[in-house]
Amino acid sequence: MSVVEGTTSSPPPAWRTADAWQRLFRERPIVPLLVLLGALVVLYQVVQPGTISPNWVGSIIRNAVPLAILAACQTLTMLTGGIDLSVGAVASMAAYVMATLVPSQGPVIAIVVALAACGLAGLANGIGVGIFRVHPLIMTLAMSLVVLGLMTVYQLIMVAAGSRVPPEIRTLGGGTSFGFVPHNLLLFVPLAVGIMWALRRTGFGRLLYAVGDNERAARLSGVRVWQVLVALYVVSGLLAGVAGLVYVGITNVATVTLVDKYVLTAVAAAVIGGTSIFGGRGGYAGTIVGAIILSLLTNLLTVLQMPEAARQVVFGAIILAVAAAYTRITSEA
Amino acid sequence: MTTPAPTDLLLDATGVAKRYGAVAALRAASLQVRRGEVHALLGANGAGKSTLVKILTGAVHPDAGTILVAGQPRDIHSPAAARRSGLVPVYQEPALIPDLDVLDNLRLTGTPVEPVRHWVAELGLGRIDMRTMARDLPLASQRVLDLARALAVEPEVLLLDEMTAALPADLTERVLDVVGRQRETGRSVIFISHRFIEINALCDRATVLRDGETVGVVDMAPGAEQRIVQLMLGAAGAERAAAAAVATDATRRAATVHATDATSRLRVRGLRAGTRLHDVSFELHPGEVLGLVALEGQGQDELFGVLSGSRRADEGELHVDGRPVRFGHPADAIREGLVYVPANRVEALLMQRSVRENIALPFSARLRAWGPIRTRVEASQVSGAIDRLQIDTRAQSEVRRLSGGNQQKVTIARWVAQGVRTMLCFDPTRGIDIRTKREIYALLRELAANGAAVLLYTSELEEVRLACDRAVIIFNGRVVEEMEAAVADEPNLLRAAYGLPPGEALPEEAVATAVEAIP
Repeated sequence: MSVVEGTTSSPPPAWRTADAWQRLFRERPIVPLLVLLGALVVLYQVVQPGTISPNWVGSIIRNAVPLAILAACQTLTMLTGGIDLSVGAVASMAAYVMATLVPSQGPVIAIVVALAACGLAGLANGIGVGIFRVHPLIMTLAMSLVVLGLMTVYQLIMVAAGSRVPPEIRTLGGGTSFGFVPHNLLLFVPLAVGIMWALRRTGFGRLLYAVGDNERAARLSGVRVWQVLVALYVVSGLLAGVAGLVYVGITNVATVTLVDKYVLTAVAAAVIGGTSIFGGRGGYAGTIVGAIILSLLTNLLTVLQMPEAARQVVFGAIILAVAAAYTRITSEA
Repeated sequence: MTTPAPTDLLLDATGVAKRYGAVAALRAASLQVRRGEVHALLGANGAGKSTLVKILTGAVHPDAGTILVAGQPRDIHSPAAARRSGLVPVYQEPALIPDLDVLDNLRLTGTPVEPVRHWVAELGLGRIDMRTMARDLPLASQRVLDLARALAVEPEVLLLDEMTAALPADLTERVLDVVGRQRETGRSVIFISHRFIEINALCDRATVLRDGETVGVVDMAPGAEQRIVQLMLGAAGAERAAAAAVATDATRRAATVHATDATSRLRVRGLRAGTRLHDVSFELHPGEVLGLVALEGQGQDELFGVLSGSRRADEGELHVDGRPVRFGHPADAIREGLVYVPANRVEALLMQRSVRENIALPFSARLRAWGPIRTRVEASQVSGAIDRLQIDTRAQSEVRRLSGGNQQKVTIARWVAQGVRTMLCFDPTRGIDIRTKREIYALLRELAANGAAVLLYTSELEEVRLACDRAVIIFNGRVVEEMEAAVADEPNLLRAAYGLPPGEALPEEAVATAVEAIP
């Protein structure tokens, strides 16, 4: 029989405005992100006057699309408090399997088989995380090694078959119309709308947030958490596959490590986009802006002709700064 | 009772206070233990016993108060400091590290081995293989080892928190004997137990806590129990008087409902689970609110775990509407209409999500509901539940910004939204304000009136009269008594909860204070 007494007095006005800002950041993280994006564009204009053009915008967006799809995997898994580090290997697998099967099977079967392989890798992740309760970090990291190993073997078997990226994939992944509208938006816009709709308006989307916010509460409400996790990692695997196909459309050359270097960038896009790595909070819209910001930043650092090493340092530092600022602003005292 | 000279006091704690946020766990607790006595520390659930023990053993830092050991002021800022001052605890849960063998466990705390061997033999465990992994020892042996380890360092004051709860009768006897003999060497013992028989047999005096304050010190003589129960209850609060209207209403309804319905919604037979729940049977009928009363740790957590599908029973049967059922997951229980409202809202809520998402959470739980949400249906069900529970939705975008009472309403609204058949409430009013409490009682009555069955475990005894039709009392993992709400006044419930037989009448005043609350 504890005694509850009155809580603290009302906060001073200055604190109130800070509180309002915090709330804005927490509930509409997209607003400050767009401001940041705008600031980067202005910075770009100052540093490299005259570069900004429809073509430039087109190329930024074209490169941002596959990153945004890869970051969708991170957003969805992070909402449940997980992560998917296997997306690099899985996306590369999609690209490589597709390219090697095209000469013998034609593009349709090649794409279907490639995505099916990604789905299987996702299923394995889901079973590991959801049923055997392996930590997602470990599970997906291990899975990426398994996939890479399998692909190395596959590479040896398929060495004589040759590989080809079909024109459909090249056009869809890397092509543009009128010189500046990237075709991959045709794929991406419905996909992005679909993901955002699913997160807000479907039972499955709700459950991702629920599992990430409080797994025990979800369980007590009758949610069989393993089902959610298995389905989630399958979806993540498939999305990674799609991202891999878009990447190979841009590069036109498939290798078994094509997408590896984008994995952490994708994680960063989701984090910058306001999705909590601890689960339960975030969304896809922010992630998309995060991917555009990172795509712009890569472009800027390239244009500035920084040496590769310095570029990586700056890149990392900026990601850290944004993430830290974000945590500081949104976290409860 | 003579006041002892200050130097006689081995431990003298006065004015100890501790608050957790807005909750005052201890307000003005004091405890005086003389040299060479066994002193009982008593109080109802939530009276502050465990907080006081934690403060005395350095696990928690008090906000105020002085602690003198043998007349010297001591700052007990850590468990190590408490040990240096001669205060050594044996807690409710085994304290051995399961993955180390006994010898390593002793080394870890720098405990000499020979005295431990001596005390283990003395406590009736015989010789023990020091190379056995702690996890391979039976629970009772672990407890005895905990005690032997504490005795081996020859503490000035030994604190025993529910030491005997997990022990079989023969070991209990040895333990009580050894503890009692501590007196001979001028050492003292603070003894916490829910068993009056032990307290009577062992203790010299008892300090009683209520609502975070020391309300009395009693010399253990014949008849002391009744005085203690009286102290634990205190005078009838304004709270009870204010809610009395609900109570009379409740009892009135009870009479009408009982007559009409005889089949049971839930039948529990011989349920056993874990180390605490031994053998519980009862029936829950549609249209009634059945109170469940038990002191802490009598098996009620396990019981609710089994009923809500969170854990499996080791033995026993469950029948819902006459059909045998077995739950492997909360989803199974929910399918049978058994929904669970836990005391700890942190367990049940998505703190970062909205009121709406929290209430709608069970809607999406099943695989076939993973598709598009029928927003309009959801909105109407959710707002219906919000209206019915009168949830304050000013801060509805994040549940963590709601008050405790409103949070608890959300956990209930979740089930009310789709209609309730059987609701299992585990102390749903813990730590919430009186107004919300009354609203919750009224809601439970209303659910029952509409044909639902409600099982209400409560740690606040007056709730039985306020909200229930009858009560089942569990002690030591077994149902010891069942009574109608009309006779379930606090003295009666408390007596039964301590496992005392009904024959022992309580003093007139205690009954009088409890009765005058209800006009």
